[in-house]
Amino acid sequence: MTHPSLSTRDLTIRFGGHTAVNAVTCDFHPGELTVIVGPNGAGKTTYFNMISGQLMPSEGTVEKDGLDLTRMPASTRARHGVGRAFQLTNLFPHLSVLENIRLAVQAQSGDGRRFFTPVTRLTELAAKAERYLEATRLSDRADMPAAALPHGDQRKLEVALLMAMEPDIYMFDEPTAGMSLDHAPDVLDLIAEIKHDHTKTVLLVEHKMDVVRALADRIIVLHNGELIADGDPGEVMSSQIVKDVYLGNAGELT
Amino acid sequence: MNRTMNRTLSVKIIALTVWGLLLFSPFLFQDVRQVEVAARIAVFIVLVASYDLLIGYTGIVSFAHTMFFGFGAYGVAIALKQIGPGWGAWTLGTLSGVAVSIVVAILIGLLSLRVKAIFFAMITLAAASVALVLASQLSQFTGGEDGMIYSAPDLLKPSTKLLTDAEGDVLRIFDVRMNGKIAAYYFVFITCALMFWAMLRIVGSPLGTVLKAIRENEGRAEGIGYRVVAYRTAVFVIAATTAALAGAVYATWLRYTGPDTTLSFAIMIDILLMVVIGGMGTMWGAVIGATLMVLAQYYLRDLMEVASRATEAIPLLPELLSPDRWLLWLGIIFILLVYFFPAGIAGTIIRGRTK
Ligand SMILES: Nc1ncnc2c1ncn2[C@@H]1O[C@H](COP(=O)(O)OP(=O)(O)OP(=O)(O)O)[C@@H](O)[C@H]1O
Ligand SMILES: [Mg+2]
Repeated sequence: MTHPSLSTRDLTIRFGGHTAVNAVTCDFHPGELTVIVGPNGAGKTTYFNMISGQLMPSEGTVEKDGLDLTRMPASTRARHGVGRAFQLTNLFPHLSVLENIRLAVQAQSGDGRRFFTPVTRLTELAAKAERYLEATRLSDRADMPAAALPHGDQRKLEVALLMAMEPDIYMFDEPTAGMSLDHAPDVLDLIAEIKHDHTKTVLLVEHKMDVVRALADRIIVLHNGELIADGDPGEVMSSQIVKDVYLGNAGELT
Repeated sequence: MNRTMNRTLSVKIIALTVWGLLLFSPFLFQDVRQVEVAARIAVFIVLVASYDLLIGYTGIVSFAHTMFFGFGAYGVAIALKQIGPGWGAWTLGTLSGVAVSIVVAILIGLLSLRVKAIFFAMITLAAASVALVLASQLSQFTGGEDGMIYSAPDLLKPSTKLLTDAEGDVLRIFDVRMNGKIAAYYFVFITCALMFWAMLRIVGSPLGTVLKAIRENEGRAEGIGYRVVAYRTAVFVIAATTAALAGAVYATWLRYTGPDTTLSFAIMIDILLMVVIGGMGTMWGAVIGATLMVLAQYYLRDLMEVASRATEAIPLLPELLSPDRWLLWLGIIFILLVYFFPAGIAGTIIRGRTK
């Protein structure tokens, strides 16, 4: 197998006495889409937060392509190719949809430090932002403030920001949660496209079983902050341990 | 969307009209005091606009803006006083003021911009108090509470004949004497206009969008790859440099520098009021806010004098309108403005009155 693009070693975080993520050791590989499942409060989002830098672990390390990211701020990790979309929509509310996306584009291209060139003159930047607008079907809402978008479109914009970062590692945290059925495929198609690139590493937290079946190359299961199963989707989903975990949460996996 | 653009356009037209009046003010208003007001407006537009970069665009609350203004002013004042009136001394003074501002801004920025906003505000308050104390204590350099009087470089001295007629007297154009005073006014006008233009370029650049992103959602700005503390420090340095330059220009114009013209907290409060009246995060609002405030400070008393006389026959009213109560009325006007223009004048016009 190829070298892992991302790995966590004994990754642990404690909030007071509560261990939210407990010694999770896991490798992720380029071209592989890993779905992370687990009941509410299992620690999935917290695990993501430690990989993309929103939280600093109490113990353990995060590495990308052999580079130790553990103590780096989130912005440095982003520039090293770790991209993240959030479970709770996390946008720039009073900026337009286009500006939101352009911010991610110019962060990636390094244009954010330009302080004297009018934005209007940087046509390449605009063209790239347009591309992601179209990819997420938000073109006709380009000038709206992000806060004025309906929930489904905000979720799409959340994904558009991640796409525009053009990272090596894509982390989606329930990207379709709360989305209507006619919007969800837009997002899922985009994820499928990234997967078909075969060079990107994708981590996806998702509860909807049909989505998991369609996209997953591999499933890992978190429970009470611990990694309790890891493997082929079919095997993991039918294993006794997963059934036990979800027994009290029937209806969670649909 | 079109309506917003029209509204933005009308704000720009108002602001550009102000700039146009400032451009011609020596010809339009020939009274010395009026030109004094025009120069003060130009300088305060720059001061307020640079403060808007911090508070309106990036969401940084600083109370040290007059400190940087003072660094620039004292740099020029000390250099002109100690070395003598010349452009060499002027340049040295300006560059020293700017250099001190940059160093202090970087120190404050890196030490405290990563912590809570309130803590940063306290640090700037402390720094500004120290600067004020130093200015009055180091009186052999700074003139202490009395400040310093000095001469401007020759070109800007009132006695300089800029243009002469056949007899060698100062030439008059439209009845305005082409002397050093007019050179000094246009020196102020041109430097301030250039600085305002530069700040418009900054807010319209990719960096300008990053600043707004930091104000809106600092965590996500960091998450997509912007080192927030570095950007905050950078904009703090830009604003400090601009304030210092504005101070240098104002010190050159006044030919006097003291705590009351540059460093005092009263001016800091004026800047805050101007940015709020104009509209935070609009840049153009600085023009409107600075103009209204300076006009009120200079003319409200006169206006009340007139009003108080005109109402002599009516009981109570002349009392209320007595010029001694101008601060009370300034306060009332301010409250009304905030009530009717909650996002400042420019901000409320652009966004519309709904919400
Ligand atoms: N900043 C924090 N401070 C204290 N406790 C926290 C913090 N962040 C997360 N937790 C706790 O850590 C545990 C894991 O939460 P997390 O959000 O990672 O779960 P999750 O698997 O993403 O759940 P969900 O499916 O509901 O999104 C929860 O018990 C939560 O209360
Ligand atoms: Mg979660």
